[in-house]
Amino acid sequence: MSSNSSITKSDLIEALAKKQSHLAFKDVELAVKGMLEKMSRELSSGERIEIRGFGSFSLHFRPARLGRNPKSGDAVALRGKHVPHFKPGKELRERVNAINEQNKPDSD
Amino acid sequence: MALTKAAIAEMLFEELGLNKREAKEFVEEFFEQVRQALEEGNDVKLSGFGNFILRNKSERPGRNPKTGEEIPISARRVVTFRPGQKLKARVEAYAGSQQQ
Repeated sequence: MSSNSSITKSDLIEALAKKQSHLAFKDVELAVKGMLEKMSRELSSGERIEIRGFGSFSLHFRPARLGRNPKSGDAVALRGKHVPHFKPGKELRERVNAINEQNKPDSD
Repeated sequence: MALTKAAIAEMLFEELGLNKREAKEFVEEFFEQVRQALEEGNDVKLSGFGNFILRNKSERPGRNPKTGEEIPISARRVVTFRPGQKLKARVEAYAGSQQQ
């Protein structure tokens, strides 16, 4: 499919440091890392994250199942576990898809 | 209670000493930068947390769940989130209410 370019955490820190020029670069770095740590911590304690206009993160439960060791083919009992799930918010969905909205033939 | 922008800003105020206005602005700008990058067609990779990946979906047949009427779902670009190894491992350790 599409081979996108990508933005990394350090690109993001640089962009934010430019925008928030009253903050020291080091503080921007700490703030970004602090935010991601806070979000990870909340999620892994079972808490949802709800960012209006961006989206929400929650946990989905994967029930226990019988898996297989790919090498030996032996059945292995796997315990149920939680996995992180992200649902994009309305604004993010619309902005990301704007490229298609522009050349829509007819919208109702 | 769910974690919100306000609570994240509060953390920046308490733990990093940004003033309240700066903290609020920072949180807003962080998510805006991510939205903008995605809007411009870039994936966003936040190591340790996860990757926001763009996918182009082609048109597919759909149905109005109420009336059962067939309507095509138009081609669109969507964002998906792939949690990183570190976040997955931390979340996996959570023994929530659904586990016996």
